[in-house]
Amino acid sequence: MELFRLIFKNALRHPLRSVLTVLGIAIAISAFGLIRTVIGAWYSGVEASAPNRLITRNAVSLGFPLPISYREAIRGIPGVADVSYANWFGGIYIDEKHSQFPQFAVDPATWFELYPEFHLPPEQETAFKQQRNAAVVGRKLAERFNWKVGDTIQMRGMIFPGNWEFVIRGIYTGAQKSTDETQFHFHYQYLDEKLRQTEPWRAGNVGWYVVKVQDPKQAAEVADEIDRRFKNSLAETLTETEKAFILGFISMSETILVALRIISMVIIGVILLVLSNTMAMTARERLSEYAVLKTLGFGARHLVFLIVGESLLIALAGGVLGILITYPAAHGFERAMGDAMGAIFPAFDVAPVTQLICGLMAVGVGLAASLFPTWRAVQVRIVDGLRRVG
Amino acid sequence: MADPLIELVDVSKSYYRDSLEIPVLQNISMTVPEGEFLALMGPSGSGKTTLLNLIAGIDRPTRGILRVAGTELGRLSESELARWRSRTIGFIFQFYNLLPVLTALENVELPLLLTPLSKKDRREHAAVALELVGLADRVDHYPKQLSGGQEQRVAIARAIVTDPTLLLADEPTGDLDRTSAEEIMNLLGRLNAEFRKTILIVTHDPRAAERARKVIHLDKGAFA
Repeated sequence: MELFRLIFKNALRHPLRSVLTVLGIAIAISAFGLIRTVIGAWYSGVEASAPNRLITRNAVSLGFPLPISYREAIRGIPGVADVSYANWFGGIYIDEKHSQFPQFAVDPATWFELYPEFHLPPEQETAFKQQRNAAVVGRKLAERFNWKVGDTIQMRGMIFPGNWEFVIRGIYTGAQKSTDETQFHFHYQYLDEKLRQTEPWRAGNVGWYVVKVQDPKQAAEVADEIDRRFKNSLAETLTETEKAFILGFISMSETILVALRIISMVIIGVILLVLSNTMAMTARERLSEYAVLKTLGFGARHLVFLIVGESLLIALAGGVLGILITYPAAHGFERAMGDAMGAIFPAFDVAPVTQLICGLMAVGVGLAASLFPTWRAVQVRIVDGLRRVG
Repeated sequence: MADPLIELVDVSKSYYRDSLEIPVLQNISMTVPEGEFLALMGPSGSGKTTLLNLIAGIDRPTRGILRVAGTELGRLSESELARWRSRTIGFIFQFYNLLPVLTALENVELPLLLTPLSKKDRREHAAVALELVGLADRVDHYPKQLSGGQEQRVAIARAIVTDPTLLLADEPTGDLDRTSAEEIMNLLGRLNAEFRKTILIVTHDPRAAERARKVIHLDKGAFA
């Protein structure tokens, strides 16, 4: 019999209490993990951003376009390796409910060179470049609508009115888990040519430029130079790193994220209370046993080992169970979100770092919950513990 | 003449309730030679359990010198005192105080966890101790599966398994029926006679005290 065995036996002394405590911790850890996953998914675009990419947009707002003529001027700025551009399309596929996915009119010649994380088979890229109304879609988007290469789809333009027909010529996959696989790309020229016929005053503009810099360390200087170049023009620019650009979007949801973070902390507080209550009851019930152990010659370190060990055992059992539950919980969350999931969270996975944080939280809670009972057991005098004064 | 195993010189013990001093033992001096079987008797509140606790090193005197097995206990820190107890004292409680989640064998093995013995040796020592108290066939029983007398015998096995110098028992028959009480006193008598264990018991029971070689009466914190 080792003290480890005594820890196990003590933890199972009140099976119902221990099981309920473990389940409480597991559910709380799972909820914490799910919230962390949601927050992580919100920031997945930041993770996927490249340090050598800048975004140049209209200084007034993203809703205002930039002339296509800026492209060559930007390309000529020292430190710029390549330039591409895109326009937000905002079309409706089937109905509004089914249209929550990003659609971009892009430059087919350069777009996939600037986004090497979009893996597109070479023959599909060639086919995409050769056909004016060709489109390339992400794997998740293709799976969502059961699209295959060669399928023709119709969209109704909301920002750019009219009916638009596209032929799927490629399906890209992401290089990493955080890569967005829900995007829809088609030829900017297809959009621009139609605009020249229907709304010529809107033609010749792009939504933003994507600028690849030669050296990420020069990104700030290049960005300043781009904005300086178009200072006092009709369309002044605002250039920032891709990461800052995405964070700008996320900041619009900052209140929700702060609320989620607070809730996750409250959950940890609840677990701490649950386990602290269990351990406090345990220590109170066993004060006489601790006194007996002290009488036998066991010292403070042995009591610390027994109480902290039991608290950690319960917390870790709950933590491991909670981490395991997080996967089906995340899957259930995805199912509950339905079609909207891909639009809101392009990448939604329980990250290893989330598991690690959940595990550390369980350990932290186990240690914290054992502090008071351990202190009490160590401090109590043997004669008081035995409750016998002759 | 050999040094006494227990020596108390003007030992006093008081408890404090706020600023109020409650004296429990007053200027107790006594010696107990090795191999003695001594019974401490007295009414409730006379200080006999307190005296036993002081000798066991689980409480400290307010004044006076207390020397047990050649060690002056007042000079030891808490951790030194704990180590000293594990080597020197075997303690038997009135209510047995066995750990309910451990079997008889595991309860007896418990004090040996503080020794460098291997698991196999610990098991063997514990089995021998249980055999000595007549419970060789109850090694895998949990306390709740044993009678009161059997539980106390397990507690005695736990007290003797480390081969301590001194056995201290606080009302060892106080919670037992007459037959079981006699069995326990027989066992303690045997440990004293055959194994030369020095035994000091606190008891209310005159029949238990009769089994001791010497009886000391305490009243209001002093020898009567």
